[in-house]
Amino acid sequence: MMTSAVNHYFRSSIGRKHLVGITGLLLCGFLVSHLLGNLLLLVGPDAFNLYAHKLVSLGGLLYVLEAGLALVFLVHMYLAVRLNLENLRSRGKYAVKKRTGRGTTLMSATMPYTGMILLVFLVLHLMNLKFGSVYTTVVDGTEMRDIYKTTMEYFASPVSVGWYVFAMFCAAFHTAHGFSSAFQSLGWNHPKYYGKVKIIGYLYAILVGGGFAFVSVWAYLKGV
Amino acid sequence: MASTTDTMSLNLKIWRQKDPTVEGKLVDYKVDNVSPDQSFLEMIDVLNDQLVRKGEDPIAFDHDCREGICGMCSMTIDGKAHGGFKNTTTCQVHMRLYKSGDTIVIEPFRAQAFPVIKDLTVDRSAIDKVMAAGGYVTANTGNAPDGNAIPIPKPVADAAMDAAACIGCGACVASCPNGSGMLFMSAKVSQLALLPQGKPEAPRRALNMVYTHDSLGFGNCSVHAECEATCPKGISIEHIARANREYMKAAFSYHEKTHSEGGA
Ligand code: HEM
Ligand code: FES
Repeated sequence: MMTSAVNHYFRSSIGRKHLVGITGLLLCGFLVSHLLGNLLLLVGPDAFNLYAHKLVSLGGLLYVLEAGLALVFLVHMYLAVRLNLENLRSRGKYAVKKRTGRGTTLMSATMPYTGMILLVFLVLHLMNLKFGSVYTTVVDGTEMRDIYKTTMEYFASPVSVGWYVFAMFCAAFHTAHGFSSAFQSLGWNHPKYYGKVKIIGYLYAILVGGGFAFVSVWAYLKGV
Repeated sequence: MASTTDTMSLNLKIWRQKDPTVEGKLVDYKVDNVSPDQSFLEMIDVLNDQLVRKGEDPIAFDHDCREGICGMCSMTIDGKAHGGFKNTTTCQVHMRLYKSGDTIVIEPFRAQAFPVIKDLTVDRSAIDKVMAAGGYVTANTGNAPDGNAIPIPKPVADAAMDAAACIGCGACVASCPNGSGMLFMSAKVSQLALLPQGKPEAPRRALNMVYTHDSLGFGNCSVHAECEATCPKGISIEHIARANREYMKAAFSYHEKTHSEGGA
C-alpha cells in the first residue's frame, strides 16, 4: 500500500476531492472569462463578432484549449458523481428525517442537482449557440461568423431566456457553496481567511450568475 | 429541591431492533414523573425500570462515564446526534431542556459504517480501526520526559489540544449527510502532525488513516460542516483541511523503503 500511495491518492476520498476542487476552481475561472466575453454583446455586434473571430482564429491552440476545458468538465463531473453515489451508500438511513440545517445549507445539499442541471444546460447551450444557426458578416473587410446574430436570435425567445436565467441561478447556487468548499478541500482553511473566502464565494456567485443572467435579459429586451 | 415537584410527562418514540439481522421500528412509550433535573440517560433508566417491572425487554443503549468525557453515549434525538445542543453529549442533556408533553424521537447513531447491534446501540468499532491505523506516536518507554524539554509554541499547543478533545463518539459520522468519518480521522491526523512528537510519523499516519477510513464504508466529505456543528467537543473542520494537506504531501512525497531497499 505504501508504494502505491500515489495510486491510492486517485482513488481516495481526499485525493478525489482535491481533484473536484481543482477542476471546480478552474471552471470558476472559465466562467469569468466567458462572462467577460459575453459583456462584449453590450458593446456591439462588431466587438462581439471580432472577439469570437479572434478565438476561432487561434486554430490549433483553440482545439487544445477546448479539449483541456472538456477534460476539466469530465473529470469534475465524473468524480463528483462517483463521490456522491458512494455517499448515498454511506449515509445513515434514519426513520425520521434527519434534521440538518446547522452546517448543511440549501446550497451545499443541492450540489449534485445544480451540477446535473448545469450539465444539461451545457449540452443545450453548445447545441443552440456554438453549433446553432450560422450567419456570416463582414467586419473591417474580413468575413466572419455573425455569432452576435445567432445569440440575439436565441435570446429573443422568452422560453430561452427563462431557461437561461434558471440555469444561471443554479450556477450561482453551485458556486456559492462550491467556491469556498474547494478551498477547504484543497486544505486552504485558515481561521483568519476562511470567513473572507466564504464571502468572496458568495460575491462570486452573485456577480457571475447575475452577470450572465443580466446579459441574457438585456439581449431579450433589446430584441433582434 | 424545588423543581422535583414539577415533574414532566413525555411521549417517546424509540427505535427497537432485536438484533442486526431483523428490521427495527419506532415504538411508542410514555414516561411520567420525569424530573427536569434528570439527565436524558436517567430518563431512559426510569423507562427501562418500568419495562423490566412489566417483564419487557429494556432498551439497550450505550453509556459509560455519564460526564461527557468518554464518548460512549450516542443516540440521535429528534434527528440530531446527541440531541443537537451546543457542545453537549447525550449524557449531558438534561430534561429541563424539554417541556412536559413533548414527543421525542430517539434513534441510534446511523451510518453504513455503524451497523445497529440492538435498539440504540451501534457497532462503532470502525472508529477504533481508523485509530489503530495510525492514531498514535511510537515512543520508547522509560521515564517520563521533562515536560519542558520540547518547546511547543502556545498557539500550536492550543490547536493540537482542540483536536485532541475528540472523544471518538462518532456524532460527526451520524450527523454527516454522507456518513463520513472525516472529522474524527482528521482530528487525530491534525493533532499529531502539529506536535513535534507526532511529526516523524505524520506522512505514514495520514496515508494509513485515510486508507483505512475509506475502506470501512465511511463516506466522502462534501464540506457541509454538519459535523462541526454537531461535535460535542466543538472540533472545527479546519482539522479536515489540515488532514487534506497532510495527506496530499504524504501521497506525493512519502516513500517507505521496502526490505530489499534497505528498509525495516
Ligand atoms: C461551470 C460549471 C461548474 C463549476 C464552476 C463548478 C464548480 C464546483 C466547485 C468549485 C465545487 C466544489 C469542489 C469542492 O468541494 O472541493 C463543485 C462541486 C461539485 N460539482 Fe461542480 N461545477 C460546475 C459544473 C458541474 C457539473 C456539470 C456537475 C455535474 C454533475 C457538477 C457537480 C458537482 C458536484 C456533485 C459537486 C459536489 C461534490 C461533493 O460532494 O463534494 N459540477 N463544483
Ligand atoms: S457517557 Fe461518557 S460521554 Fe456520555
